[in-house]
Amino acid sequence: MSIPILKLYNYLLISIQTEIDDKTAIQFQEDLLDKIHKTGATGVVIDLTSVEIIDSFIAKVLGDVITMSDLMGAKVVLTGIQPAVAITLIDLGIHMQKVATALDLEQGLIKLYQELGV
Amino acid sequence: MSPHSCVKIRKEWDIVSARQLGREMAKKLGFSTVDQARIATAVSELARNIYLYAEEGQICFEVFETIERKGLRMGAFDTGPGITDISQVMQDGYTTSGGLGAGLPGVKRLMDEFDIQSEIGQGTQIKTVKWVR
Ligand SMILES: Nc1ncnc2c1ncn2[C@@H]1O[C@H](COP(=O)(O)OP(=O)(O)OP(=O)(O)O)[C@@H](O)[C@H]1O
Ligand SMILES: [Mg+2]
Repeated sequence: MSIPILKLYNYLLISIQTEIDDKTAIQFQEDLLDKIHKTGATGVVIDLTSVEIIDSFIAKVLGDVITMSDLMGAKVVLTGIQPAVAITLIDLGIHMQKVATALDLEQGLIKLYQELGV
Repeated sequence: MSPHSCVKIRKEWDIVSARQLGREMAKKLGFSTVDQARIATAVSELARNIYLYAEEGQICFEVFETIERKGLRMGAFDTGPGITDISQVMQDGYTTSGGLGAGLPGVKRLMDEFDIQSEIGQGTQIKTVKWVR
């Protein structure tokens, strides 16, 4: 299973709709960096509305992808994190303090637009 | 669904199957959405540890009810290399695989009861319980 990445102007949009296994997560990391490189995108929104669980492995992959995208000049915003997911992340001791977040995809785009312009 | 079921962990996808079964059982038992996520996350952590460090093992679930309360037992059993220093692996951030080292200490916080037994060359047994509130 691969996760589709859509392009909108200078931004990339990803809405994760499937149960993420480890391979899919790693594949997604590679695909996204590749797409940033090819398109020169400056902003990325990853929407997690449908994601019901984030364990330590997926949290690490997400954290890494944010750092790597940043190195490549693209700012990542995570959106739609469910309350139960936020709570379990804290139980795991994972705080994601430096990560930009927004309530939903639309707010995520607004956040990017305010910081980066189109 | 039988009150006692196990999922063998051999390949990566088994991690997903185990956490789906854990969530399903938690839901049927009447756990809150947050506790369902806690249980599924704990299963995912223990199943991945089996896959990464022991190669083979199983995750088992058991529903149990007393007059006063209901709970879900979740255990992870493997016949892998075992753990030399339990207090070390229970520390936040300790990892031998470049992970976050969040798994085991995290499971202890996600669940209500947590017990770990390990013997070098024999394997590791982790037993946990979550109570329905
Ligand atoms: N079933 C097991 N058999 C043998 N060693 C184990 C087992 N489970 C965990 N360990 C050891 O304990 C360490 C800590 O495990 P823990 O799950 O807390 O962190 P991690 O797996 O390294 O990283 P993370 O879970 O955050 O991705 C592991 O790195 C590994 O060395
Ligand atoms: Mg682990």
